[in-house]
Amino acid sequence: MSGFFRVAWHVMRKDMTVEVRSREILLTTLFFAVSVVLVFSFAIVREGRAPDDVAAGILWVAISFAGTLAMGRTFERERYNDTLRALILAPADRPAIYVGKLLGLLLLLGLVEIILVPLVGLLFAAPIFSYPLMLSALLVFGTIGFAAVGTLFAAMLVRVRSRDTLLPVLLYPITIPVMIGGVRGTAALFQATPDEPMARFWIGLLVFWDVVFVTLALWTFEPVMTE
Amino acid sequence: MSSFARLTVSDVARHYGRRKALSQISFTCDAGEIVGLLGPNGAGKSTLLNILATLLAPSRGSIQYGDRTANGGGAEVRGLIGMLGHDLFLYPELTARENLAFFSRLYAVADVPATVTAALTRAGLADRGDDLVSGFSRGMRQRVALERALLHDPRLILLDEPFTGLDQASTAALVERLRERQRAGCLIVLATHDLDVADGLLDRAIYLKGGRMVGIDTASNGLADRYRRAMQS
Amino acid sequence: MRKLTTPFIVLSAGMLLAAPWIINAAPYESTMGLVQKVFYFHFPSAILFLVAAIVCGVHSARFLFFKNQRADGWAVAAAELGLVFGAITLVTGPLWARKAWGVWWVWDPRLTMSLVLWMIFAAYLMLRQYGGPGSDRLGAGMALFGMANVPFIYVSVNVWRTLHPQTSVVPTLPTDMGIPLWFCFAAFTMMFIALLNVRADLEHKRARLEALYLAEDEA
Repeated sequence: MSGFFRVAWHVMRKDMTVEVRSREILLTTLFFAVSVVLVFSFAIVREGRAPDDVAAGILWVAISFAGTLAMGRTFERERYNDTLRALILAPADRPAIYVGKLLGLLLLLGLVEIILVPLVGLLFAAPIFSYPLMLSALLVFGTIGFAAVGTLFAAMLVRVRSRDTLLPVLLYPITIPVMIGGVRGTAALFQATPDEPMARFWIGLLVFWDVVFVTLALWTFEPVMTE
Repeated sequence: MSSFARLTVSDVARHYGRRKALSQISFTCDAGEIVGLLGPNGAGKSTLLNILATLLAPSRGSIQYGDRTANGGGAEVRGLIGMLGHDLFLYPELTARENLAFFSRLYAVADVPATVTAALTRAGLADRGDDLVSGFSRGMRQRVALERALLHDPRLILLDEPFTGLDQASTAALVERLRERQRAGCLIVLATHDLDVADGLLDRAIYLKGGRMVGIDTASNGLADRYRRAMQS
Repeated sequence: MRKLTTPFIVLSAGMLLAAPWIINAAPYESTMGLVQKVFYFHFPSAILFLVAAIVCGVHSARFLFFKNQRADGWAVAAAELGLVFGAITLVTGPLWARKAWGVWWVWDPRLTMSLVLWMIFAAYLMLRQYGGPGSDRLGAGMALFGMANVPFIYVSVNVWRTLHPQTSVVPTLPTDMGIPLWFCFAAFTMMFIALLNVRADLEHKRARLEALYLAEDEA
């Protein structure tokens, strides 16, 4: 068991080292997320006012679009010198590689969200500091759900020719429960009269979803990655 | 399982839909041999190497590492295999030292810093250890990649076109390293186009064409002629 | 199972042809009138749509974890049928909704997630079509995720108050509405089973043909 987490930790550290050197994925993902927020704002804001509930929606759309891009890029790096094959070849537990990649992606998306949430709060006068713990829980568990499935699918598609278009095609329908939970939960917190029980319900659903799908991903990683 | 004496390939085939990448491949080789897979492009050499590395499952047939198969052996079998792929398996954004350290940890090597330093020295890059791999020439990257494959002292060493793009000196160094491993009792299987280097290096040559074996050769010199004759048949 | 295929197809086709008369004979529902009768097609289709998801998921698991080759044929067949029955559900649903509630579409969880599940089937089939070699295993992995979503579809309707009739309405139907419902249900189910068999059989034969082709010129 300690071997499992050790391997995951080293894979994650390796990804972080590579990322810190170039900062490529972090910066491009971040700016893409900001662009998404702006584009949607232009599309939706009318006469200087945004309709209610829109802040939550825009936030999660930006996270999911940017996240999909980041996932694709992290595995693109492993494709470059076929290093994914080297990882699979190692005597390490294959699911540990998945966990390492997932943790790296979560850290990256976490950094993006730290910038994105205040931005959305600013642009839409959303009360992001009223329920910091619950909002963080929604973001954490929502992002985990999204990243868990995305990491698996991105790994699955790494050798497929139309992977850039297939990744969103596969990912979005399956992670819609996460999107709904995230958006509705966040909207419940941003409302004029916040609905705490509703937000708590959605957090609970997200946690449950995460447990189910991370477990499923751990089971299926090895069979789908070995041809 | 710390080693095995014999590698047995029995009636291995690999299909992709209707395309037969490999069919009816059977041979055995023993520890201490250098075995060559020779054949034109598309003959199935890389596919066979990937199957030997347990990266691909054969569509039919089996591979025995001693008395274990890949399925039964799992991680233990993988711990005995080292592979130098055609794409080198190195992260260009990391230094040579970092690449070697990462893979050492992945392979649960005992003393990581010592192993890494020794590997860098053997690759002749002890002074370039902290430079990014992206700045290395092909030959230098090849040397790091080879040492990466050998970090955990594997008993089965697989090399896919290792002499591509190497100059005389690098080729000689690679040959010397392989002979040293051979003396240590490793089984080496390499796929190559380079008949001149192969001649005199190989203990056994397997000729592949269109996914099939068209000959096995255990004589040592005059490889090029026998290869051409086998390919024509 | 295979012997039943032809009788099932014949019987269900006959029943579906007779269905309009049977449905016509059923009483009008008090609030919605004639339009409610779409329910007799909509509800069985919706149920079989979910069944198809489960069948696809189960066989994908058998294929992926137990290396059962034939399971892959069943999985593809179930996915295609899921697409068809899902389409029937998603077309009859809005037809009903438009007349009954005035809007073509409501974003309530069950409708939404049915659409989502339908899109998962579509994505699965696209992956198998464009995913290149090895896409059968990738698709199987993805199908498992799709199937795992099914409970979330079911839970959502009971948690969120919605325009959708609560799921408990079926057992309380009066008999003369129950008969056409179970009639249509039987017809659709037989059709589903028959088509599943036919399609899976086609897939198995295709795999067998490929194996024969590959074995053809071996000594």
